[in-house]
Amino acid sequence: MAEKTERRYLILALLRSFFRKLKEALSDLLPIIVVITVFQLAILRQPFPELLEVLMGVALVVIGLMLFVQGLEMGLFPIGEALAVAFARKGSLVWLLIFGFGLGFSTTVAEPALIVITREAAKVAAQGDIIASGENARASYALGLRLTVAVSVGLAIAIGIVRILRGWPVHYLIIAGYMIVVLMTLLAPEEIVGIAYDSGGVTTSTVTVPLVTALGVGLASSIRGRNPMVDGFGMIALASLFPMIFVMAFGMIVFGIKVAW
Amino acid sequence: MLLEIAQTFVATCRDVFPVLALIAGFQFIILRQPIPHLRQVVVGFGFVLIGLTLFLVGLEKALFPLGKIMATQLSAPEFVFGTKIVPDNPEWWAYGWVYIFAALIGFATTIAEPALIAVAYKAYHVSGGTISQWGLRLVVAFGVAIGIALGTFRIVTGTPLFLYIAAGYIIVVIQTIFAPKAIIPLAYDSGGVTTSTVTVPLVAALGLGLSATIPGRNPALDGFGLIAFASLFPIITVMGYAQFTRWWSGVRRKFTKER
Repeated sequence: MAEKTERRYLILALLRSFFRKLKEALSDLLPIIVVITVFQLAILRQPFPELLEVLMGVALVVIGLMLFVQGLEMGLFPIGEALAVAFARKGSLVWLLIFGFGLGFSTTVAEPALIVITREAAKVAAQGDIIASGENARASYALGLRLTVAVSVGLAIAIGIVRILRGWPVHYLIIAGYMIVVLMTLLAPEEIVGIAYDSGGVTTSTVTVPLVTALGVGLASSIRGRNPMVDGFGMIALASLFPMIFVMAFGMIVFGIKVAW
Repeated sequence: MLLEIAQTFVATCRDVFPVLALIAGFQFIILRQPIPHLRQVVVGFGFVLIGLTLFLVGLEKALFPLGKIMATQLSAPEFVFGTKIVPDNPEWWAYGWVYIFAALIGFATTIAEPALIAVAYKAYHVSGGTISQWGLRLVVAFGVAIGIALGTFRIVTGTPLFLYIAAGYIIVVIQTIFAPKAIIPLAYDSGGVTTSTVTVPLVAALGLGLSATIPGRNPALDGFGLIAFASLFPIITVMGYAQFTRWWSGVRRKFTKER
C-alpha cells in the first residue's frame, strides 16, 4: 500500500515538473509567436498560409525546447563540470589545452550556419573576380575559410582556459582583440570585412555554449583563488572574437593588403 | 514530416558526434575517471539530441518560412512606397515598419535562443541568485533589438558598417572601465550567444532582402553585418543595466540616509 502511494507521488511530481517545463518553454516562445501573428494579421493583413502545418511546427518547437532544457540540466552541464573537475584533479595542462582546442575546432568545423556563410562568401569573392569563378576554386576558398574559423575557435578556447588558470581579467584580452579588429578592418579587403564580422557571431552553437560555459565555470570553481563569476565566464566572448581576426588575416593573405581606407 | 524529423535527427547527431567522441575519448584514455551519474548524463544527451531535432524541424516548418516571407514583404517597394519603383534616394523614415519589425523580431528570437537560456541558467546559479534568468535574457534581447534596428537603418542609409562597429566598440571599452567588475565577462559572453539557431536565419533573410530591394545596395556586401550588430549591442545593454542598478541603489541609499 505504501509503495503504491509512493509511486503515485512520483508520477505526480514528474507530471508537475513536466507541466512547469512546458509552461516555461511556452513563455520562451510566446514573444516570437506574438510578433509573427501581429505582423501577419494586422500589418501585412494576410491570412496564415497552411495554418495547420504552422501550428504543428510551433508545437514541435515548444516540445523540442522543453526537452533541450531538460537535457541541458541532466547531461550537458554535469558532463562539462565533471570534465573540469577531472582535469583540475589530474593537473595536466597540456591535455586540458588539447581538449579545449579539440572542443572548439570539432564543434565549429561542422557548424551548419558556418557552412552556409562560407559558401555565401565564396560566391561573393567569385563575383568580385577575386578568386577564379570555377567550382573548385570556390569550394577550396570556402573550405579554407571554414578551417580558419574552426582553428581560431579552438585557439580561443585554449587561450580562454589559460586565462582562467592564470586569472587574467578577460577585458584586457577582449579590448586588445577589438583594437586588432579595428586596425585590421582598415587594412583588410572590403569583401572580407562583413563576413569576418558575421563569422564571429555564428560560431557559438547551441551545444557548444552550455558545454564551454560549464567547463569554464567548473574550472574556475575548482581552482583556489578563482571566482566562477569573474573567471568562469568570458570563453564564449573569446570564441566570437578570434574568428574575426583570423578571417580578416585569411583575407589579407589570399587577396593581399588594401592600402588606406 | 516524419521523414524531415528523421533527416534532421541524423544531421544533429552528425553535428554532435565529434563532441561526444572527444569527451568519450578523453574520459576513457586520458582522464580514466568514471562519470558521476552516467545514466542520467546519457539520458540527458538523448534529450538534447531529440529536443534540438524537434526544435529545428519546428522552426523550419513554422517560423522561418513565415519570418522570411515577412522580411521580404515588409521591405518590398509595393509595401513601403505603394508603387513598384523605389525612388532613387529613399528617405530613411519610409522604412519605419522595417525598423519596428527588425527590433521586435530581434527581441523575440533572442528570448527563444536556447544558448542564451543555458548561459542565463548558469549565471543565475553561479551568482547565487543575484542575476535573475529572465532579467538577463530581457536585457540581452533589448540589446539585440536595438542592434538589429540600427543595422537595418544602416542598410537603408548605406552608411559604412565599420563606423558603427568602431563606435560600438569604443562605447564597450569606456563602459568596461566603469562597469561593476563581476558583470564584465558575462556581458561579453552574452554578446556571443545571442546569435545562433533562431536569430541568424531570420536576421540574415532580413538583411539580404532589404539590401536587394534598395537601389545602390549590394546584397553581397551590405547584407552581411547585421549579425555583428546583434552581438555587439547586448554587451552594451548588459553592462549598462549593471551600471544603472548600481547607481540606482546608491541613490536610494543616499536618500534613506538623508531621511
